Amino acid sequence: MSSRFVTIWFPLLTTDWFALRRPELRGIPFVLAVKDHGRMVISAADRLALGQGIPPGMPVADARALLPELQVVDDKPGLAAKLLKALAVWCIRFTPIAGVDPPQGLVLDVSGCTHLWGGEETYLKEIVTRLQTAGYTVRAAMADTIGAAWAATRYGVSEVTITGSADQTAALLRLPPEALRLEPEVVDRLHRLGLRTIGSFAGMQRSALRRRFGPGLLQQLDRALGLEAETIEPVQPRTQYQERLPCLEPIMTATGIEIALQRLLEMLCNRLQKEEKGLRSAIFSCYRVDGKQQQLTIGTNRATHNTTHLVKLFEPSIATIEPDLGIELFILEAPTIEDAPAVQETLFSGSTGLDNSHIAELLDKITGRFGSGSIHRWLPDERHWPERSIKPATSLQEKPTTPWRTDRPRPIHLLPRPELIEVTAPIPDYPPMLFRYKGQLHKIAKADGPERIEREWWVDQGPHRDYYTVEDEAGQRYWLFRSGHYDDKQTPQWFIHGFFA
Amino acid sequence: MPTKSDIIQRLEREILPLQGFKPPKSGDVTDFGLGPMHAAFPNGHFPTGAVHELVSTTAEGEAASAGFMGGLVGALMRSGGAVLWVGAGGVSSGGGISMGGRRRVFPMALTNFGMEPDRVVFVELARQKDMLWVMEEALKCEGLAAVVGEIPEIGFTASRRLQLAVEKSRVTGFLLRHQSRSLGVNACVARWRVSPLASEPEAGLPGVGFPRWNVELLKIRNGRPGVWALEWAGGRFRAVEESVGAGVPMVGEVPMTAALSEEKRKAG
Repeated sequence: MSSRFVTIWFPLLTTDWFALRRPELRGIPFVLAVKDHGRMVISAADRLALGQGIPPGMPVADARALLPELQVVDDKPGLAAKLLKALAVWCIRFTPIAGVDPPQGLVLDVSGCTHLWGGEETYLKEIVTRLQTAGYTVRAAMADTIGAAWAATRYGVSEVTITGSADQTAALLRLPPEALRLEPEVVDRLHRLGLRTIGSFAGMQRSALRRRFGPGLLQQLDRALGLEAETIEPVQPRTQYQERLPCLEPIMTATGIEIALQRLLEMLCNRLQKEEKGLRSAIFSCYRVDGKQQQLTIGTNRATHNTTHLVKLFEPSIATIEPDLGIELFILEAPTIEDAPAVQETLFSGSTGLDNSHIAELLDKITGRFGSGSIHRWLPDERHWPERSIKPATSLQEKPTTPWRTDRPRPIHLLPRPELIEVTAPIPDYPPMLFRYKGQLHKIAKADGPERIEREWWVDQGPHRDYYTVEDEAGQRYWLFRSGHYDDKQTPQWFIHGFFA
Repeated sequence: MPTKSDIIQRLEREILPLQGFKPPKSGDVTDFGLGPMHAAFPNGHFPTGAVHELVSTTAEGEAASAGFMGGLVGALMRSGGAVLWVGAGGVSSGGGISMGGRRRVFPMALTNFGMEPDRVVFVELARQKDMLWVMEEALKCEGLAAVVGEIPEIGFTASRRLQLAVEKSRVTGFLLRHQSRSLGVNACVARWRVSPLASEPEAGLPGVGFPRWNVELLKIRNGRPGVWALEWAGGRFRAVEESVGAGVPMVGEVPMTAALSEEKRKAG
């Protein structure tokens, strides 16, 4: 199948926009003007002003002399580019690849899109009608190449032209050379030589054309005739994994949105499954009738192409979509894709480890509801200071780099902050005989220690800790430490830091 | 001709599966190494695929419960499974352990009880309702070896939901109920209370010995409650010989019928 392109030309782009924004300008001739070398020069003129012979580029003073009632409005710099970008984004509802063609045009790659609107005529008519209803003067054309469509838009006979593949060359040859998007000097030279249609020089020897008019002419001719490929830069980079669902009637109910989401996910997941890939994040965008856009985003802990699971992740937030007057287009994108090799379904799953897909799905559900901050997994760190001996794992797949240490006693419950206790302890380094914690007196029957843990001097300053494992007369086991030495100046403080099982 | 007791035994065996106690398939038995305690359980096996609650009132008792449970979960994790640990959470501080103000299980120590801490996923939530939701969802998830919930209060309905979830998924759940306001009636299969016992140092060695607990099985559906002294030594449970009375119903746990007749006698 050959490519099809649509070019749209807004000959009065900026003035149309001003007339839309300021209704008092409608029906009267007005121009937009910019300062240029100390005088005001017309940058754009509306239809009535053009009809009076006031072209862009004329100084405002001259135009005023021609037409005293002419209204002059200050032009906004960069307005055309901004408008074109917005219009191109709007056109994404018709095709995913929409690009701007400054100063006044858009280019759409519509290959394979037109049948969704029931044919090329209805497709192009729909675009043009909607732009015209919005208040823009529009000329549009569809052809096999961007060049041919561009030429038909600017120099064609009718407002809307659809050129078939067969008669494209013939139609192009009838047009004047400026339809080829050439440099003004080249066009000028062609006219001076009496070459007033493309057909009059298209058959000439290529080497002669190149010598006389430069390589630009040949390139543009080849592009228009489809001998050289030309690409457009889409306004929104197209994600490789994207599914679209246009709706005949605007969707306004939650059920409708759910059905749309379900269908899009099924399409996307089928494709992912075939390619042995899975998505890590997905964006569900709804384009509303009034031009607004609503988005839902989800993320998963591991690559998945499980439709049911993904629907569940989206489900809680569907209620946040405001359909307003209705949604006419749904797009599902998967910006992050990872390999997800197809696993053979086992009837009796032996693996219950963290790579189990059920667990990933469960964690996705929890993340979706409470945020990822609520889930932690700990890995050992090569540090002795108890509070820093574990570090949070960054992903579900991360494996410990060092083995868990088991050679030192560590309490099963660790207090988040060591708590001060009163002790009676023989000096210099014996475990306490008794201690008081939260008003309760514990007489120590057995003790182990000390285990000295030095402070990490590169992190913080302070005394080291001497840890003791103690058991009181009731058989309850604690982890106590003395902060620092006994010396002449001070008596060190004692703390409780944990409970042994 | 089968005797009366034979018939009753057969009926009991038939009733057990109906109540959610499926006899474990051969080769699928997890050895918990609980020794003499096994006689107290229905079918003679520690009930997996059920929800157990461990009640505690003191901080020391809570640590002891966590240790005993750690030994059980460690046995369940032996086949490479993962565990979800639902706890009351708070704001987590920057670098280290999540600091919620309360004492927190220290992953470093779980290795002592046969658990691999890197296969434990901790979920920390502020509200009890959310914790119960996560607990239920996790118990429905067949990929997990066990689910631990630090949830003090649980009503009958909530516990019934958990029980229905595990009956389908066969995941074992543990509820650590520390300082519960009302223990009440619920659908958990077993209720345990673990308190620390003085350890016995190895012969001739000074210091603190292996962790030793007084394990009370307060309630067990279709089993016999009892009290045992256990020690965690060398990576497995070891029954302590001079225990107070293995397998005998303890004081305060009079069988229901006896209690009723007693009341009747008093009334009459």
